[in-house]
Amino acid sequence: MTERTSNCPNCGAPVSFKWSSSVQTVCEYCKSILVRNDVDLQKVGQVADLPPDSSPIQMMTEGQYGTHSFVVAGRIIYEYDQGSWNEWHFVMNDGTDGWLSDAQDEYIVTFRANVTSGLPAEKDAKLGTVYQWNKVSYMVTSRTLAHYRGVEGELPFQYWDKTAVVFIDLKSDHGEFATLDYSDGDPVLYTGKAVDFDDLRLSNIRKFEGW
Amino acid sequence: MVLSGPKKEVPAVAVRSVTCPGCGGAVTIRSFGSAVNVVCGSCHSVLDAQDPQVKILQKFKDAIRQNPLLPLGSRGKIRGILFEIIGFQHRQIEADGQVYGWGEYLLFNPYQGFRYLTEFSGHWNFIAPLRTLPQAHTPGAQSDRFYLGERYKHFQTATAKTTFVLGEFPWQVRVGETAEVTDYVSPPRVLSTEVSSDKEINWSMGEYITGTDIWQAFGLKDQPPPAVGVYENQPSPFGSQPRKIWRYCGLLLGLALLLWIFHLSTAHRQQVFSEAFVFDPAANEASFVTAPFEFEGASTVQVDTAASLHNQWIFINFALVNEETGKAYDFSREVSYYGGVDEGESWTEGSPRDSVTLPRIPAGKYFLRIEPDGDHTLGKIGYSVAVIHDVPNSTWFLIAAPLLLLPAIFTTWRSIGFEHRRWQESDHAPATSSSSSDGDDSE
Repeated sequence: MTERTSNCPNCGAPVSFKWSSSVQTVCEYCKSILVRNDVDLQKVGQVADLPPDSSPIQMMTEGQYGTHSFVVAGRIIYEYDQGSWNEWHFVMNDGTDGWLSDAQDEYIVTFRANVTSGLPAEKDAKLGTVYQWNKVSYMVTSRTLAHYRGVEGELPFQYWDKTAVVFIDLKSDHGEFATLDYSDGDPVLYTGKAVDFDDLRLSNIRKFEGW
Repeated sequence: MVLSGPKKEVPAVAVRSVTCPGCGGAVTIRSFGSAVNVVCGSCHSVLDAQDPQVKILQKFKDAIRQNPLLPLGSRGKIRGILFEIIGFQHRQIEADGQVYGWGEYLLFNPYQGFRYLTEFSGHWNFIAPLRTLPQAHTPGAQSDRFYLGERYKHFQTATAKTTFVLGEFPWQVRVGETAEVTDYVSPPRVLSTEVSSDKEINWSMGEYITGTDIWQAFGLKDQPPPAVGVYENQPSPFGSQPRKIWRYCGLLLGLALLLWIFHLSTAHRQQVFSEAFVFDPAANEASFVTAPFEFEGASTVQVDTAASLHNQWIFINFALVNEETGKAYDFSREVSYYGGVDEGESWTEGSPRDSVTLPRIPAGKYFLRIEPDGDHTLGKIGYSVAVIHDVPNSTWFLIAAPLLLLPAIFTTWRSIGFEHRRWQESDHAPATSSSSSDGDDSE
């Protein structure tokens, strides 16, 4: 993986990309949200202070998924009426990327699924409805109206001016997990599975006072 | 991987405490940023833990204070993971006009997340959220669920109401809120689903744990409350005992059967003596002895008596006498046979044949002393006596077989009784017992 380094158009600090497909990053110094054009970086926004966070995961946390190792390169923080959660964007050693969601220390790894047809409109995906994608049956188990709260690090798409987002979570009866993301209007499907904290074999994690 | 930018060490996440705007009391937050609501320990107001102003979400009123059995802030290891008790809520359901209340403790580990302990009448469950949906083969909340190849039977569906809260929660919590809860049991486990409004279906898996184990895990000094009654997923004290005992009894019975068959097939059934006699009741005949015969080896002896009788009886005193030692085995038999025609129907009573088996007789030379008796007013009776050595004896087997089954039947009966008490508390209680349980005889 070659790192490409440029400078923050806002403060001039060096900005590097760990992943070649990253579209957006956040300057670690001035918290400017930077979007990559052909050659330049363009400031499109500013990250407000992030809410108090109690995820054991942080930027640069490393771990294992299946036979691959990964490193956390970015994240999106969402808020909803029951609190907040993190979607950690990780890059694997084979060059692909995925998401490690951490909601109240329940860990789910998902990857963008190659499914575009047969995805329901948001209002149709009611609780208990069953859908089948890639030969797996999933049932809608939660509908969440979330608010974009902040970003950090590298993301595979531009994500900085969103407000309210609807997520529909689904589970199979064999441990698979799916999320329908309606943040761009058209649904985008992510599929994966819930994982044990210990199975992720995470390193470079945060410490908690008294633990 | 080379890093650009500041390589700052992120400090450990600190425990914080907030000031209750209701009473000014200090409120510790133990689950760091995960706390969504926190309840003030002094005035019991529900506070917004995510809000810098810690706004009051619900004031405490009219609720009955419930003291948690496990103090908030206690730490203990369950299934190898260290947890801290950070929240407590008391919830209740109403069934058949009766209110059943239980306590729910929220456990937290900053890496492993949240678990729960529930307590009802001294019965405890350790509960973790479920990631995989249990399957239902037929639709409906009452149909059984299947999880990891195990069948969970529907136990109860009820509306649970929160009546008291303390500590902190990673979700919105309010006194008075309700959720539809359904339990499916496969002792010692219970699958539970909770549906609150139309936004979320939560599944969890509980496993029965004793109060003693919890007290030990959290290092509590006093004694856990005693478990009262039978709880929905309480493992039966008989466990797989009935099955084991049945298997064991079956095995013994099989062995006994084999032994019996072996015994039946290897018996010699050697006829060592047979002779026909005529008895004249009118002759006042005294006893007489037979010719001697020999038993090779100690074994059972069968003595058969057959008499040509019709509406008559013969009573014989026998003595099997050892020629060398003089030891006599006395026994008497009565042979009687009646028959006739009454109102066009023929009938018979008794049998002209009799057979008796003597238990193990030592080897040696023996003879029979025979002393017949009969009705002096009737005629002569021809009869024959045969002695058969080494006949199979089935008595022991007929006695042993039911005795062998007794412990199995007893254990099964007690196990059924336990299961009956378990299911009496469910939605599927037998109709007869639910009416009687309302009476004075319960508790």
